[in-house]
Amino acid sequence: MRKKGLHDTPGYRIVADWLATKGFRAFAYQEEAWQHILAGKSGLVNAPTGTGKTYSVFLGAVIRFLNEHPDEYATRSNNGLQLLWVTPLRALAKDIGRAMEEVFTELGIPWRVGIRNGDTSISDRQKQKRNMPEVLIITPESLHLFLAQKGYADVFKHVRIVAVDEWHELIGSKRGVQVELALSRIVGLRNVHAPSSIDNTGASQQQTTNKKQQTSLSVWGISATIGNLDQSMDVLLAPVSVAFQVKPVIVRTNIRKQIEIDSILPDEIEKYPWAGHLGIRLAEKVLPILEQSRTTLIFINTRGMSEQWYHRLLTIAPELSGAIALHHGSIDMELRTWVEEALHEGKLKAVVCTASLDLGVDFRPVETVIQVGSPKGVARFLQRAGRSGHQPDAVSKIYFLPTHSLELMEAAALKEAVGRQQIESRDPFILCYDVLTQYLCTLAVSDGFYPAQVLPEIRSTHCFRELSDDDFASVLHFITSGGEALQQYDEYKKVEIIDGLFKITGRRIAMRHRMHIGTIVSDAMLKVKFISGGYIGMIEEYFISRLDPGDSFTLAGRQLELVMIKDMTVLVRKSNLKKALVPSWNGGRLPLSASLGAVLREQFGTAMEGRRLGKEASALQPLLQLQEELSHVPRPDELLIEQIETSDGFHLFVYPFEGRLVHEAAAALLAYRISKLLPITFSIAMNDYGFELLSDQPVPVDDSNVYELFSPDNLLADIQHSVNATEMARRKFRDIAVIGGLIFQGFPGEHKKARHLQSSAGLLFNVFNEYEPNNVLVRQAYQEVFDQQMEERRLRAMLDRVQRSRIVLTFPKRLTPLCFPIKVDSMRENLTSEKLEDRIRKMQQQLER
Amino acid sequence: MQAPLLFEFRGQRFWLSGQRALFWEEQGMLLLSDLHLGKSGHFRKEGIAVPGAVMKEDMHCLLNLLQHFRPKQLVVVGDFFHSRANLELELFSRWRADIPEQPIVLIRGNHDILSDDWYRANNIAVVEGALRIGDFCLAHDPKDAADGLYTFCGHVHPGVVLNGLARQSLRLPCFYFATDYCILPAFGRFTGLATVRPKAGETVFIVAEKKVMKIT
Repeated sequence: MRKKGLHDTPGYRIVADWLATKGFRAFAYQEEAWQHILAGKSGLVNAPTGTGKTYSVFLGAVIRFLNEHPDEYATRSNNGLQLLWVTPLRALAKDIGRAMEEVFTELGIPWRVGIRNGDTSISDRQKQKRNMPEVLIITPESLHLFLAQKGYADVFKHVRIVAVDEWHELIGSKRGVQVELALSRIVGLRNVHAPSSIDNTGASQQQTTNKKQQTSLSVWGISATIGNLDQSMDVLLAPVSVAFQVKPVIVRTNIRKQIEIDSILPDEIEKYPWAGHLGIRLAEKVLPILEQSRTTLIFINTRGMSEQWYHRLLTIAPELSGAIALHHGSIDMELRTWVEEALHEGKLKAVVCTASLDLGVDFRPVETVIQVGSPKGVARFLQRAGRSGHQPDAVSKIYFLPTHSLELMEAAALKEAVGRQQIESRDPFILCYDVLTQYLCTLAVSDGFYPAQVLPEIRSTHCFRELSDDDFASVLHFITSGGEALQQYDEYKKVEIIDGLFKITGRRIAMRHRMHIGTIVSDAMLKVKFISGGYIGMIEEYFISRLDPGDSFTLAGRQLELVMIKDMTVLVRKSNLKKALVPSWNGGRLPLSASLGAVLREQFGTAMEGRRLGKEASALQPLLQLQEELSHVPRPDELLIEQIETSDGFHLFVYPFEGRLVHEAAAALLAYRISKLLPITFSIAMNDYGFELLSDQPVPVDDSNVYELFSPDNLLADIQHSVNATEMARRKFRDIAVIGGLIFQGFPGEHKKARHLQSSAGLLFNVFNEYEPNNVLVRQAYQEVFDQQMEERRLRAMLDRVQRSRIVLTFPKRLTPLCFPIKVDSMRENLTSEKLEDRIRKMQQQLER
Repeated sequence: MQAPLLFEFRGQRFWLSGQRALFWEEQGMLLLSDLHLGKSGHFRKEGIAVPGAVMKEDMHCLLNLLQHFRPKQLVVVGDFFHSRANLELELFSRWRADIPEQPIVLIRGNHDILSDDWYRANNIAVVEGALRIGDFCLAHDPKDAADGLYTFCGHVHPGVVLNGLARQSLRLPCFYFATDYCILPAFGRFTGLATVRPKAGETVFIVAEKKVMKIT
């Protein structure tokens, strides 16, 4: 009945006819989405990559326009902004824009498509401002940059549809929060109500629902499948639901991609490394796979390693020269575009890439995908698999190449989880004061804001639903008075209050803030240059900040020695050292999702029971036998603890198989509880299987106290103490300080002055902790640790499970296959209950020996 | 205040304070480096809200040191002030006015870009480059160390990494007595650390929780 309504509209007929000329027919889910769009509803489309999800929203907007102007659509130009398309990746914008333009040309609709991102030139921006295109494709950062422009309200006031593409990529991030806030403002522009006082808490009852407005703006999310799809829709559409009192709809496709998963096995598992991230020894095994398919994408987890892989493939198969290419985020834009074009045209046999090719339009020639190393999650693995096999009935083919032997178990677990469709959730962030601080400054830069007007909007988002009056007041105080100050000697200036309007008037501060908006990125990247000149590439600050001058690392296939970091540039010289660190990719630190962790735990259990062994578990038998011989292979209802003494000291390894995040929390908790028994210092490491506490003295854990150490009693207080005792909050503060505007990265033209404004996040954290511990951003750092790392609920669930499990304590004579990958991890947390002075004395004795 | 540690070196008596200052007994001279006063004010003026209290604490601490050692001269080997003039520096001027009798010398560092008038008004004698005192020399940058003279300098904000068993390590500010020069720790609380790697035979004192300890 409803479908019939759609089919009768002139717009639908035009679009359907056009599709027919190309030999296509709309999918049922696409028509369902169009129907809802015509009805002015908002919602979320859930479809896998490669099934036309872009069209499900985009063509809906087109049909709506055609229906409204059936006779004069071909001549109507300058319609103002009709469709705002938010995309997480800059690189996607161009492809999507091109696809849209093609549609407009073929349908004879005079709409224009504009792209707005960091690469958009100032003159194009000016043009867009004077004469807005009908479609604007934009990243979350650029959307905020737009809100930082005078007169943004005029542009967004008339937009009909806001589409948020790849919402699953945004939701569990601060960029997702940016989207939530921007939407609250765009919705708020429709819903202008009299300013109310700040202590007014209810947003919804304050706003009057205007029936006519309900149809004037719809918001659509487009998402791949994640565990909490319904919640993710509610998060995105919260501002719409609150303001217009409407219930969003979810549109799901029943198209399910067939996926074939295979593992690449080393010939002799006994000789394959026990730890590592590169997997390059198996490069030869990749060649036959490349031969078999038209085009193959090889996903590598880090940029540096992708370089090594690329060179390795060329070395072992020189005939591939010209037929393979490299694609990652640090590669020059022009070259990347060339690679993408060549991919479309089927000119390439293989592309070695990173997450840079995770998303985006389909490359039809791609038939096979190889994943090197753990993808750390089912969703990401599926996403990558989906990059292959685009013909409607084609099968996606993905190979898993382990970078160390135990990773094979992960392959088995992935297969199992994919089979069960056990896909992880992405939890939305809440109460991000750093993003709120930035957002309020953004509004202050453009037209200014009245707190009473924006507060209900802000509270209409999921992120700030629970924002208290006090905390909102603290954020306002922070941006207007800069927190605690030396009264008469203070010259703090950022946001001023002019007749109740909160506004930034300083030109330089405004400019700096605009420059700053783009810096919500998960990783700060630094340029790497030779001290003698010459650009090498980009590197994660996170990695480099852990090196000291003189240390060596690898980038772009070269051995480099760190000389110094200056003006956001890493200066290096060539290194002849044999042993160099390979840059760790923060993604490499992505925690194994909880769902994958549980499956992994089962896999180990069944592997030992020896029934229905998969390919991977069979291959791993020799290794598991060795583990059983030296120590024990934990069954699903057991917790294994290994205590090993080496020249490094006394190691305690614990294997809960709960994923890195839970392990980080559990390790800190256990370390804290032991440190209450005696003065002791721990260095803590963890991976997805387990964690290690390393000390210079024996660790007093035995069967008399082990259940007690893992007790759920007193958990909350102990968590609190262990967070304070570790550096977790300090690390969280890095991003927060950048987003909240405390760290200024400098920009061209202001070089010298800017240098006096630079300081490290670590230093700021110390200063705040000592002189202004109540600062909202510092509190947020601790809160993020509690919410994300030390989540009590998950930790309690683990401890409860441990209490029901049999704890197996072993004392292996040497390192075991299970402990090895943890032991070699160099990223470590510390916790101590010893006096600083005593620690120094011990270290001194160490020096003198 | 923790008792300072005596270090007899090249026939002179140097008292190292946990407040990151050095008192040269024979000269009656209190030596400091890299205070970066006004840094928080500079940040705040540009809209970066760091706590202002950090500057107050620095000056409070400096006053304590002056009262404790009663030096004939207070010498800052550079980066006394962080940047251009700002209101926070008026707090300094008031502080200065309370101790008019105290001679203060500044060996100009790269951050000391205030006007000559300002230093004059605050009764600070500014020295360019290096200041020779017998067999010793005072300069801001270790690069300016004079040939043949032992130079006290700053600029670097030195920190040293201590490694222990079981992959433990600590990074702490230090007095770094190299062969030809000594780099003083940065006095200011709102300053970072740069790791130095002492060679065998050099002497390093670390500052841990306001206490000075000899490491090598």
